[in-house]
Amino acid sequence: MGIAPTLAVTQPAFWPLTLILFLPAIVAGILALPIIPRGKDDSVRWVGLATTIAVFILSLWMAVPAIFGAGSPGQFTVGEAGMQAVVKQPWIPAFNIEYLLGVDGISMPLVLLTTFLAVLAAAASWPIEKHVRPYWILFLLLETGMIGVFVSLDFFLFYVFWEVMLLPMYFLIGIWGGPRREYAAIKFFLYTLAGSVLMLLAILMLYYASDVRTLSDDQLLATHVVSPALEGADRAAAMTAVHSHPKPIHTFNLLALAAIGQSPVSPFAATSFWGMTLESWAFLLLLIGFIIKVPVVPVHTWLPDAHVEAPTPISMILAGVLLKLGGYGILRICYPICPGAGLSFAWLVCGLGVVSMVYGAFAALAQKDFKRMVAYSSVSHMGYVMLGLGVWSAVAGHEYQWDAWAQGVNGAMFQMLAHGISSAGMFFMVGVLYDRVHHRNLEEFGGIFNRMPLYASLAVAIFFAGLGLPGLCGFIGEVLVTLSSWNYSRLLAVCSAFTVILTAAYILWAIQRVYLGAEYKGPHGDHLTPMTRRELAIAVPLVVLAIVFGVAPQLIFNYITPTVNRQVETLAEWTRSVHDGHPAAAGATAATDKGAVELQATIDTFTVGGSR
Amino acid sequence: MNPDRNLGTLLDGTLHDTLVVSLPHFRPELCLAATIVLLLLCRMLPLLRLVDSGFLALGGVLFSLFFAWDDVLSLHGGPWASTIGDLLAGRQELFGGLLAFDSLTAYIRLLLTGFLVLFILFTKVSGIPDSEDGADFYTLVLGSTLGMCLMASANHLLMVFMAVEMASVPSYALAGLLKGRKASSEAALKYAVYGAGAAGVMLYGLSLLAGVLGTCHMPTMARALASLDSMWMPGGTGLALAIGGLMVAAGLAFKLSAVPFHFWCPDVFAGAAAEVGAFLSVASKAAAIALLLRVAFGLGTTGPGPDHAVEMAALGETRHFIVGIVALLAALTCTLGNLAAYGQTNMKRLLAYSTIAHAGYLMMGVAAAVALAGRDADASRSAVAAVCFYLGTYVFMNLAAFAIVALLRNSLRSEEIASYAGLIRTNPGIVVATGVVLVSLIGLPPLAGFISKFLVFSSVMEAVSLDAERPLMLVLLVVGGINTVISLFYYLRVLKVMTFDPPPADRTVDAFPLVSIPGALVTALVVPVVSLGIFWSGLYAFARLAGAFAS
Repeated sequence: MGIAPTLAVTQPAFWPLTLILFLPAIVAGILALPIIPRGKDDSVRWVGLATTIAVFILSLWMAVPAIFGAGSPGQFTVGEAGMQAVVKQPWIPAFNIEYLLGVDGISMPLVLLTTFLAVLAAAASWPIEKHVRPYWILFLLLETGMIGVFVSLDFFLFYVFWEVMLLPMYFLIGIWGGPRREYAAIKFFLYTLAGSVLMLLAILMLYYASDVRTLSDDQLLATHVVSPALEGADRAAAMTAVHSHPKPIHTFNLLALAAIGQSPVSPFAATSFWGMTLESWAFLLLLIGFIIKVPVVPVHTWLPDAHVEAPTPISMILAGVLLKLGGYGILRICYPICPGAGLSFAWLVCGLGVVSMVYGAFAALAQKDFKRMVAYSSVSHMGYVMLGLGVWSAVAGHEYQWDAWAQGVNGAMFQMLAHGISSAGMFFMVGVLYDRVHHRNLEEFGGIFNRMPLYASLAVAIFFAGLGLPGLCGFIGEVLVTLSSWNYSRLLAVCSAFTVILTAAYILWAIQRVYLGAEYKGPHGDHLTPMTRRELAIAVPLVVLAIVFGVAPQLIFNYITPTVNRQVETLAEWTRSVHDGHPAAAGATAATDKGAVELQATIDTFTVGGSR
Repeated sequence: MNPDRNLGTLLDGTLHDTLVVSLPHFRPELCLAATIVLLLLCRMLPLLRLVDSGFLALGGVLFSLFFAWDDVLSLHGGPWASTIGDLLAGRQELFGGLLAFDSLTAYIRLLLTGFLVLFILFTKVSGIPDSEDGADFYTLVLGSTLGMCLMASANHLLMVFMAVEMASVPSYALAGLLKGRKASSEAALKYAVYGAGAAGVMLYGLSLLAGVLGTCHMPTMARALASLDSMWMPGGTGLALAIGGLMVAAGLAFKLSAVPFHFWCPDVFAGAAAEVGAFLSVASKAAAIALLLRVAFGLGTTGPGPDHAVEMAALGETRHFIVGIVALLAALTCTLGNLAAYGQTNMKRLLAYSTIAHAGYLMMGVAAAVALAGRDADASRSAVAAVCFYLGTYVFMNLAAFAIVALLRNSLRSEEIASYAGLIRTNPGIVVATGVVLVSLIGLPPLAGFISKFLVFSSVMEAVSLDAERPLMLVLLVVGGINTVISLFYYLRVLKVMTFDPPPADRTVDAFPLVSIPGALVTALVVPVVSLGIFWSGLYAFARLAGAFAS
């Protein structure tokens, strides 16, 4: 389309991001070749673990420049709101599909979480004895898929990675899972595929309605439709090529789609079918696709089955990363691209969030299976994410102040990361116990504290983090979300506060039934050996992070707040000027500044409160 | 007037048309015909019987492929042309308007001859036909392909009928190739009877159309249709046209194995050898889709001319009729094919229903292309390109699927899905290859099948967004989406059996390893399924070239 291709050399992030993304897949390919002879299972394991560690270090190099000495090109600048480390290469010019990658404050922490949990899950995969080589190949492919979703800025590419995860997951559950693994695997596949087909329709819908010619020169640069790396005459030529194109130029570029969706005369706001706008349809289709992954009641039923049947490391990945993909999709795609629909369906998103929060908690209370209980706790906890994302309170009645909403979205982001740590930890702790006694019946445990004191202390710490005890990571997100929802709806705030009690109930009850009590009377009591060093190496980092993020949430907020605040501010501005048609007022800036200050104050309070 | 001189001009004109205009664009077909003659000659002379008919056929087809490739390159600008305008000028009528040579002809011929090369290699590896049947088999296959090439270039209703028969009659014999087997003979008989019925209906329909419009030359028919005030004029003209159209559609639907004319397909596939199934499911389908495009665009659109816009507008009703039929058949075919595949226990039957379902997806693309023709020529071209791309990937997907079935049959002596249980333990390579093919048939990225499906759905969505036959296209989108989900089950079931289930206790033989000649063949077919899913710009450039035929 006349947009000159940019060279890889001019993009410092090209190799780091590409390596982080494809190194696991490349190693998976190498493992598939008969290089390591049959029977050398340990070599396969070490290669796999080394790969995940290498990817983790690479992503750490990128995300935390402070450790490695900042300043190298391609590294992430903490505190910057915009999209960084953008990689742009043409892929399919006929459809303007690009190899477009980038990270910002929303995706960078999630990438780091993914690579980190991959290392731990890889370490937790040691006991898997059956078909070792295929396991590791699928595991590494899965990692590429997960990272790909977080770093893709092209909707087509995003979709490809989204689907790439399905098949490895299907086999990982279906081959290495528990007794009902086949049922669980196909159920997982079917639910997600149904969601992705809807997503594909929405993608096509948005693609054909989009037209990058309507964007201004500045927007073209900001959205990387025209690469900012182009200088002078090249840039001018690329701009002219776009603006003088005789027919609409459709795009899959997520940033460009967002810019089009937020423009005053958005083509997405045109009425489509049955009186609903195109963006409403797209929003709903995408939302269904994403909430299946989150998962949200009533499409959550695949999750307990998948979790219960999946082997421990896969449960960790599933709870720690896969569920976050849904929340990430809603935050990155649904709201920015379809702001009008986001506004009108805010009640739907929030309502779904609260329903799954409460339902998940009650269901967790009723479980007899330890792992199933943890699975339902995930449903409940991810409800907070939905509620936080949805509290769109920057409307006329609130004078377009976006602080409460920003608080909610920040809380949701924090909750996603914290839940990534705590749920992976909880599943691992359940797995440790299951490896020893081969059952998960809550009624048959008790007295583990006496038999395995170190394990039990670590486990209780992780479970308290899941409970949301102040000073641990689960607390910050839940409180921010609950507070922010007060402004949106008192009822929802009360419900979500009430859920905290339920959460405390099921977690404390589980702790009481499993870890406390006089002595263990269940089967295989003599197998209750202390944790191995490998298990400690997995559990301790999780516990440490749960405490660190609880005490110093700034570590995370430094990354996410600038980006989240900017997105929320943009959308609040959009509500005021585009949706409600108010001209820009002088007071608006003051209000937003005030909002930022207040938010900062709230976060500071938690930091202080946490360290108390 | 001197009658002699008149006759002379006529003869001169015909000679010129044949020798200078037509024959140079007819070289691939001529090659095929010459190869057939050679194959038959070799049968007659005792010494020449020693010549391996497979390699002889392969040689002829390679020549044919070369000329087909040459024809594609000779199109103005070739596949790398930047503008569509140059390509439109490439259309030529051959043999006094009986055939049309344009980018679609060139693309489909390239596809068919390319497929034939792979197919012959595959039959050499799989061992069916044996040396005794070889000459018969390859004669029939080449003859059928010759008919398919004509289907792709037919420009005249008589040619349509002749080409369909030319392609079908050898297929009937092919279906009965396994002479001793009852199922095979039954399949052949069933196929022949259905085929004869469908051909009769189609011929009747053709004669109705020709009777009303006064010609069999499709562009002239389109002009005649455009000059009618309305299809529903009094006097029964409209009725005759509609019935004629429906009857032609029935004939085409039979070739496409579209529901409700699909009953022959599972029986033939299950009864005939897997090799024949591969040929019918790929080549026959590609040719039938090309013919559908030819007829739909031949009757529903007119070429560039002074009154182009007026004629296109006048043909709106015709296109609406065509889109209605094709879309309805597509939705039915897709859904029924996928649902019926559930209960299958035989791999060939399952693939037969899968073929039926994929014909449905392909027809969705055709419906979108015709619907868009009156709205936006560029969009219509990209819809045709989507269909052509689909056909291109389909060659590899389905040939690989049937190749795996045939090669596993050779080692396991069974085509039942249950007999594949636990193959992953002994033959992980083959299972991975099967997995790639089946997942590509489901349409999951990053495999070729996904791109094909994406392109077709994307064209249907473009029709929705440009408001071309919107309600119908919306229905197609929804049907396509639902079908993608439900098709997951039966493809995955095969994989599940191969990976999750324990191997049967009584299995004594092993499947073939990946490092062997059959394994290499499977690999060679599966690699494109993956690579076309990631680097699809090249094939898409060719498909776009083919799409340029839609004016």
